[in-house]
Amino acid sequence: MSEKTIICRCEDLSVEEIRDWIDKGYRSFDEIKRISRIGMGACQGRTCRRHLVMELARASGKDPSEIDLATFRPPTKPINFGAIAGVDQDA
Amino acid sequence: MSSIDNTDILIIGGGPAGLKAALSAADQGARATLVERDPHLGGQLIKQTHMFFGSKEQYASERGFKIAETLSLAVTNHPNIRVLSNTTALGYYEDKAIALEVDKRFFVVKPEALILAAGAQENTLMFPNCDLPGIYGAGAVQTLMNVHGVVPGERVAMVGAGNIGVIVSYQLLQAGIKVPAIIEAMPHIGAYHVHASKVRRMGVPIYTSHTVLAAHGRDCLEKITFAEIDHNRQTVSGSEKELEVDVLCIAVGLTPLTEILFQAGCKMVYITEFGGHVALRNETLETSIKNVFVAGDAGGIEEASSAMVEGSIAGLTAAANLGHGLDSYAVKLSEAQKELANLRRGPTGEKTRSGLQRLSLAGEVAS
Repeated sequence: MSEKTIICRCEDLSVEEIRDWIDKGYRSFDEIKRISRIGMGACQGRTCRRHLVMELARASGKDPSEIDLATFRPPTKPINFGAIAGVDQDA
Repeated sequence: MSSIDNTDILIIGGGPAGLKAALSAADQGARATLVERDPHLGGQLIKQTHMFFGSKEQYASERGFKIAETLSLAVTNHPNIRVLSNTTALGYYEDKAIALEVDKRFFVVKPEALILAAGAQENTLMFPNCDLPGIYGAGAVQTLMNVHGVVPGERVAMVGAGNIGVIVSYQLLQAGIKVPAIIEAMPHIGAYHVHASKVRRMGVPIYTSHTVLAAHGRDCLEKITFAEIDHNRQTVSGSEKELEVDVLCIAVGLTPLTEILFQAGCKMVYITEFGGHVALRNETLETSIKNVFVAGDAGGIEEASSAMVEGSIAGLTAAANLGHGLDSYAVKLSEAQKELANLRRGPTGEKTRSGLQRLSLAGEVAS
């Protein structure tokens, strides 16, 4: 049995991997998101966002309120391309 | 891409705040569209089998699901309200258009005013194997049991002795499930005394100043390790305990659902007492963007009674901004604001009052 501590379930990332990126000098939410894909899965960061903010705050000695979040882009949930294109789902 | 007939006011979220927002706006003569992700209206109220406190106006002594029934019926029968269930708000775009997925089809709506009443999401905890099947949010377990009639397992450990953790523990006991421990990181129990003493009387130990160290199991949860922590949150050595459970329920707070407000460009600020980032807003719940409102837990974690009053305030004001119900607006607004202040009095309202104070300071800095 692995003893991994998963931070982002959608992208299967452990907190150890994220701490490695922080140690390598990736210190903003956006940088970590781009290098690791954290928060880019089906739930769009709803589970991991809070944990990543805390990790970044701890590593930099900042208050969580000082950590900038990444941009919130639509759509807020997975949606079929067919729906956006207006294709009838039943066709 | 299809568009929906334009509506005066779009309300996102059919929980206590959204239902009241729709009703109060529609009563003033505005046309409201209420979107709800689930098939049913009512939000978290539909699974709340316990009685409410608060004032008579806010349904004291009624059970949550009964309140949901009453409000849903009023909304569904209101000639000025259109309800779109199975509908998710997907995003807010530059031209003030909001994309909706309605029954798996894509629509765009351009309302004159928006009230975001999307509620909140459950927080999770990180520990080794925190992704094992059998580890749930407490709200999810409450939905499984009280909405779908499914028990989550046989032996449940609860993390969190706030109101949600303690109430869900009690409901698990009522369903005949064993709850061998409630584990709380704080040195004290956060839940109302009346709820906590009920589970204590039924023999459930509440371990304060304790936390979960790890989950164990092959394919699903079989056991947890938990231990005492000191005031620096460090494990007290020798205090580790093992507990065989097939379900671990996490009730460690909620975070407001705010994506749409970020996308709309509302000024946002992190308020610990409110559970994360929330929109700056004035006393009528209008954000820094004209005609964009927030109500209920989406604006800061509180509870259903105040969410309902916030919904009314936002609904009344959105309607007034569009020229509806101007004669009665001032009186109704002041009644609702008084009601809200009453709900937030006393020790249980302390956290909210402190959050509001920080919010108002942040507002002064931003303006």
